[in-house]
Amino acid sequence: MDLRWSAEEQAFRAELRAWLADQLPSVGPKPDPQDWPARRAFDTAWQRTLFDAGYAGIHWPKEFGGRGASATEHLIYVEETERAKAPYVGTNFVGLLHAGPTIINEGTDAQRARYLPPILRGDEVWAQGFSEPDAGSDLASLRTRAVRDGDHYVVTGRKIWTSHATVADHAELLVRTDPDAPKHKGISWLILPMDAAGIEIRPLRSVMDTDEFSELYLDEVRVPVENLVGAENDGWRVTMTTLSFERGSAFIADVITTGVLVDQLAEIARKVTRRGASAWDDRGLRAEIGHLKAELEGLWAMCLRNVSEANRTGLVGVGGSVFKLRYTEARQKLGELTARVIDRAALSMHDVAGRPTGFLVEDRLHSLSMTIAAGTSQIQRTILAERALGLPKDKR
Amino acid sequence: MDLWLSDEQVALQDAVATVGKQLFSSEQVRALAATAGVDRASWSALAEIGLFSLRLPEPDGAGLGIAEAVLALEQLGRAFVPGPLVANVLAAGLVDGVADGSVIVGLLDRDEDPLLAENLDAVDVLLVLDDAGVIAVEPSALTATALPDPADPLTPVHHVTAIPGGRPLGGPELAARWRAEGAVLTAALQVGLAQRSLDGAVTYARQREQFGQPIGQFQAIKHLLADALARVEIARSAVYAAAVTIDDPDVGDVARRVSAAKLLADEAAVGNGRTGVQVHGGMGFTWEVDAHLPLRRAWVYATHFGSIDDHAELLAEMV
Repeated sequence: MDLRWSAEEQAFRAELRAWLADQLPSVGPKPDPQDWPARRAFDTAWQRTLFDAGYAGIHWPKEFGGRGASATEHLIYVEETERAKAPYVGTNFVGLLHAGPTIINEGTDAQRARYLPPILRGDEVWAQGFSEPDAGSDLASLRTRAVRDGDHYVVTGRKIWTSHATVADHAELLVRTDPDAPKHKGISWLILPMDAAGIEIRPLRSVMDTDEFSELYLDEVRVPVENLVGAENDGWRVTMTTLSFERGSAFIADVITTGVLVDQLAEIARKVTRRGASAWDDRGLRAEIGHLKAELEGLWAMCLRNVSEANRTGLVGVGGSVFKLRYTEARQKLGELTARVIDRAALSMHDVAGRPTGFLVEDRLHSLSMTIAAGTSQIQRTILAERALGLPKDKR
Repeated sequence: MDLWLSDEQVALQDAVATVGKQLFSSEQVRALAATAGVDRASWSALAEIGLFSLRLPEPDGAGLGIAEAVLALEQLGRAFVPGPLVANVLAAGLVDGVADGSVIVGLLDRDEDPLLAENLDAVDVLLVLDDAGVIAVEPSALTATALPDPADPLTPVHHVTAIPGGRPLGGPELAARWRAEGAVLTAALQVGLAQRSLDGAVTYARQREQFGQPIGQFQAIKHLLADALARVEIARSAVYAAAVTIDDPDVGDVARRVSAAKLLADEAAVGNGRTGVQVHGGMGFTWEVDAHLPLRRAWVYATHFGSIDDHAELLAEMV
């Protein structure tokens, strides 16, 4: 075990840091979060900048246009971009982190040639069509039907929680191609062209009062058979293989962001008056902040252990679920601590009395999604119990 | 950067785990209550595998670091080995005979109130620690009364009311170093205990049937155990990182990592100890079933080298 960066890793970091310092001043202001076309333009312009400099698809294999970075280099990349406050992956998320890796693992050469370069260049944006109103945690019970008709599938159903659907070129779509097979065995993975006839997008308003995601209504949408990725009815396995791209490196961004939030909260606590003293003089509050700092140290170390494991085995073991479980709860804890510090300033989502509290109030609300999205904490616990501890499967 | 164990570290871990299992079965450990928690023969066996001399330079020792000591102690915590393990890992090389197991030292922090010395009847030398340094005291020269019914049956305690003068072993620097190293080494024992409690609870949850199925098939039990797994994995990560940082202080803030490691490991050991008892149901409240033992030990270690509250406050001061 060691915590030293190798000469190559240090060189990679130095080069990236210099490049970021050079590039970031010319990045324009962040677009209005409600203006999706502007968000797409901002995110894809940054992706193009990364591409031109050889940083696109940092964790993708070289033969598919990526940089082929080790899990550690990916970790350094995420650390540096997070610290430099470079633009987030944003609307490129599904393409770079999910659809692209799936096509790399399971696509044909023709599909790879058609879809991978535009993701790396920031020319095309992907959305995800997995969940359905009746298929959330129990994703494999999805019912959106795809019926073969000549050289097309005819797709009818409803998808939900589709982020940036209005500005996507394609969606990775899970459909049921064999309704008679056991639920995991009748699913296929399709590339849905978002301009096809029969797609209706209905934005959903989140608790943040933003159009964070949409519902997709699919009414006899014709999808070419050549858009099938992997074998028909093998879509469940196809989508699971994408997890093999997850090496835990991206988690470091969460640790860094949360660390900054805790520091800012402490800063505010030193300035806020409570019963004639500063809120920071409250030993109970300090104890909770101390616990949070310990948790972040643990999460940081866990993240590095996950990356170390991935460097050796190519995969993250139980560490990914453990990290998600603990990190998301820490973030929610921070939200409640925030309220204790800023007290009634928490009644506004904007800064009050010249103190920077708005973003903390916003983060408290936003953190509600963290224990739900990408597998609820309850599902994570069940997975840990069954896969890591070997407890018998329950009747789900 | 690599926080995964090297092949040599895995081998070390396995060797210690094997000795732990051989020498400290449940029956053997319980029998140690009669000998103040320490059996000389087993202690010598620990010395023979190089536990205490691990960090001494070759040829006296293996020239290894705190990281390896942490891996060894984690396994001894998991094997539920009692006795003043951390004190002897710290004192090897400074007190003659500790490295080969012929002399056993205990450790007492003078700043505590009340002053309770552990395993006093089993130790040859008592080391007394305060901010000014460490002194070695003759145990028989203490004014101390044995307290009946220790909370951990394998950690007997004496109430100390007067400490005589002793031979100085080192000054403030040694004291500060021991406080940091001791906290991480104790945290490693806690991680081992947390794992032991989890292991026992998982085994029981697979065997015990109610409502016609193993109780481990119920989500209520699964989620308790998943939380216990998360506690031990996060704590283990923090303890390894803290140990590596002590061995190589250029890679981070030692004080911050040490406090985080001790706090998380204490919480993991106590939290998992409670889960272990709870999952065993009524049997968990019986003397015969082992579930209560790692929890009792975790409560003891949680008072060593700074409590959860102490470390939380230290961490807050660093913000």
